Amino acid sequence: MTTIQEAVPREPVAVRREALYFAVRNGKLMTGLTIVLALLLLGLIGPLFVAAAPNEYSVQAMSPPTGEHWLGTTTFGQDIFAQFVHGLRATFAVGVIGGGIAAVIGMVVGFVAGYLGGLVDEVLNMLTNIILVIPSLAVLLIVNAYLGIRSVAVQGLFIGLTQWPWAARAIRAQTFSLRTREFVDLARMSGSGTGRIIAREIAPNMSSYLFMTFILLFGGSVLIASSLDFIGLGPTEGVSLGLMLQNANQWSALQLGMWWWFVPPGAAITAIVGALYVANVGLDEVFNPKLRET
Amino acid sequence: MRRYFGRKLLIYGLTFFVAVTVNWMIPRFMPGDPVASMVARANVTKPEAVEAMRAYYNNLFGLDQPLLTQYANFWGALLRGDFGTSIWLFPTPVSQVIGGAVPYTLALVVPSVLLSWVVGNRFGAYAARRKLLDNTVLPVGYVLTAMPYMWLAVLLAWSLGVIAGLFPVAGGYSFSMRPNLSWTFVLDLLHHWTLPFLSLFLVALGGWAIGMRNMIIYELESDYSAYLSALGAPSKLIRRYAFRNAVLPQITGLALQLGVLVAGALVTEIVFAYPGLGSLILKAIQNKDFFLLQGAFLFIVLGVLIANFIIDIVYVVVDPRTRAGMAGAQA
Repeated sequence: MTTIQEAVPREPVAVRREALYFAVRNGKLMTGLTIVLALLLLGLIGPLFVAAAPNEYSVQAMSPPTGEHWLGTTTFGQDIFAQFVHGLRATFAVGVIGGGIAAVIGMVVGFVAGYLGGLVDEVLNMLTNIILVIPSLAVLLIVNAYLGIRSVAVQGLFIGLTQWPWAARAIRAQTFSLRTREFVDLARMSGSGTGRIIAREIAPNMSSYLFMTFILLFGGSVLIASSLDFIGLGPTEGVSLGLMLQNANQWSALQLGMWWWFVPPGAAITAIVGALYVANVGLDEVFNPKLRET
Repeated sequence: MRRYFGRKLLIYGLTFFVAVTVNWMIPRFMPGDPVASMVARANVTKPEAVEAMRAYYNNLFGLDQPLLTQYANFWGALLRGDFGTSIWLFPTPVSQVIGGAVPYTLALVVPSVLLSWVVGNRFGAYAARRKLLDNTVLPVGYVLTAMPYMWLAVLLAWSLGVIAGLFPVAGGYSFSMRPNLSWTFVLDLLHHWTLPFLSLFLVALGGWAIGMRNMIIYELESDYSAYLSALGAPSKLIRRYAFRNAVLPQITGLALQLGVLVAGALVTEIVFAYPGLGSLILKAIQNKDFFLLQGAFLFIVLGVLIANFIIDIVYVVVDPRTRAGMAGAQA
């Protein structure tokens, strides 16, 4: 809120430069971003350097990490490092698709409800509240169980469709406080339409907030996807970090002491989501002068 | 008062209506034919037998009637408490199968949700004013909230269960036992309950602690805190006011988080093969028991709605503003 109030009268370029100045000096933001980017990079280029296909069987089964198999092999001799780098891709993909779709729906519903108010707001707000109360994982469970073919894209789509309500709520509240400001009134008086005012006047003024909302939705999508995968409702083809955990659990890696099977995928999910949360706190400090420590 | 609860009841009523409708729609409008997969599962080779089975299942589902009648029948059966018959445990009614699993899930969810909320809020409030504690609670809290539920469960099962051998890692009670009301059995239950409880408790704890910490810092910077300290009020009093004000959003947060927490419990149960709703859902999916799946879904929705309603009541009791507003509305 304070961000918006103080940022409005300044030149946009100066604001951007100032944000960047504080961004590179923010330890939380930089640490978080570094971890996420490092894992993204590993997921993007890793598969190019790994010879083995992720689900290919080799002779060496149940091997602990060695020079040949960096993260060891599964009970069936699949290379865990190969699965890991391919799984990272699926995880980032599901986060982008799920988080993106949820952010778009949340923005549309939040902006329209917050800006128009009145009956439209009542109806949209009620819809938001209804979907907010239904446990989304339970819906996803039955939808995914009925879907015959499952892919990362479909999974992301359904996660996005169930995850938007709280984002819509938050954006609605923000829009509410912006719509009575002078520059919005001015735009309205000069004859701009609703869509134009939302896109040109309101949205740019809360861009930092929208970006942070997307980050949280991204993290949430990754976590939900891993839960679905773990229950056995993951993509039917390919690998993901959640599927690796599922396989490890199903083939009793625990009891066999094969820690290298279930530690890396869980640690990667935790690292991605945790780093995103920490980066989000950093971003908050960058955009909100009140929160800066020094 | 009436207006507040009227609005809430309307939302909950509509939510239940939407949930039931979605539940009814999914098997009928989703790609994939549940009847076909059930027939395929039965492994019948004779074409006449396949036809007979198809007709039987269509009749059982009520799929041979017009859509509107099907929808009405679905509601009618539901209001009579009839969730259909389980396919996996044929011919046990779904409500009976679910009834056997619910106590285990409740015993896991209720204590872990409440305890993590209370303890997390305490920790967060302390962290807000002690730099040392803040520097430990915050990072640990972030790691805990970022962990997938099942991974923490797997790690706990591996470290405390397999390596240390302190707790059993599977089941609700020992295989050698039959459920009865003796001390040995209750102790055995508790022994099996500890690890799943601990994993749920820990993951939820971090989120509450971080939320409370941020709220308290926000409250301590607010005008009334500044005013109180300018008046020379002891900082203990200021902190007490800050805590009271910060707890309110945390109660709302609890209502919002309920669905997520229940989902976490389902996944955790699967890791520990705990005989609650989560394991039941897994079995239902593996056996393509759609009736059981839908029954469990409706049961979870109902549970979350009831819990939300209880939180709403608690909110009214705790928040003086809502109470004052209600008194004004009545006058």
